[in-house]
Amino acid sequence: MRLVAIGLAAGVFSALFGVGGGIIAVPLLILALGLPTRVATATSLGAIGITALAGVVVFSLRGEIDAGYAALVGLPATAGALLGTSLQQRIDTRMLAYGFSLLLVVVGAWLLVS
Amino acid sequence: MTTWTIVFALVLGLSAGVLAGLFGVGGGVLFVPVLVALGLGQLEAQATSLLAILPTVAAGAWNQRRYGNLRIRPALIVGLVSVAGVEIGAQIATSLDETLLRRLFAILLFAVAAQLAWRAYRGRPRYPESP
Repeated sequence: MRLVAIGLAAGVFSALFGVGGGIIAVPLLILALGLPTRVATATSLGAIGITALAGVVVFSLRGEIDAGYAALVGLPATAGALLGTSLQQRIDTRMLAYGFSLLLVVVGAWLLVS
Repeated sequence: MTTWTIVFALVLGLSAGVLAGLFGVGGGVLFVPVLVALGLGQLEAQATSLLAILPTVAAGAWNQRRYGNLRIRPALIVGLVSVAGVEIGAQIATSLDETLLRRLFAILLFAVAAQLAWRAYRGRPRYPESP
């Protein structure tokens, strides 16, 4: 039942904001299911694959997807994801999380004023 | 598209992928602003981000499976149920004004930032010994 609620929330967020839904799924998998962080992030990646696929189908029907741009950022990101998941096994990501948070605040502020 | 644009996209795409792998997200929180910076509209950037997410999380999930961290059953349940939510989210996204959508996205980024910082601060045993 908890998994169903997590999935539904992740799906709405994913399509509304063009994100994977991992933002919602990871903390819920940790808090509601008690999964260890690394397992939660891994499981989130698996779930996002299905979520994003559904989003791609829905938005391509509406003609909103630019495949060229998707490849331009998505292909280097694919290499990055391999690197990131390998790194995650070896390092403490806590300081990185603070850095990532700061980056998101800056980007959010930029989007608000632009 | 200039060479500079391509380099910008490649570098930021790679960085987004690394962060996606580290934090278990799809990378969309960074893809969307990058695509907006490249000149796409908010809705188009969000839709395009979803396509970019696909190979990113496929690679990430595959690698995590090799490390034995991926739990297939919860991933499948969350993923399949999310499909119902996707239709709802897409309806809302396409009905909203793009400026409003961009502001909401900015607020989402603040919420994500707070959540990540909280998760790190809480310092739960992030790396339990592997069995």
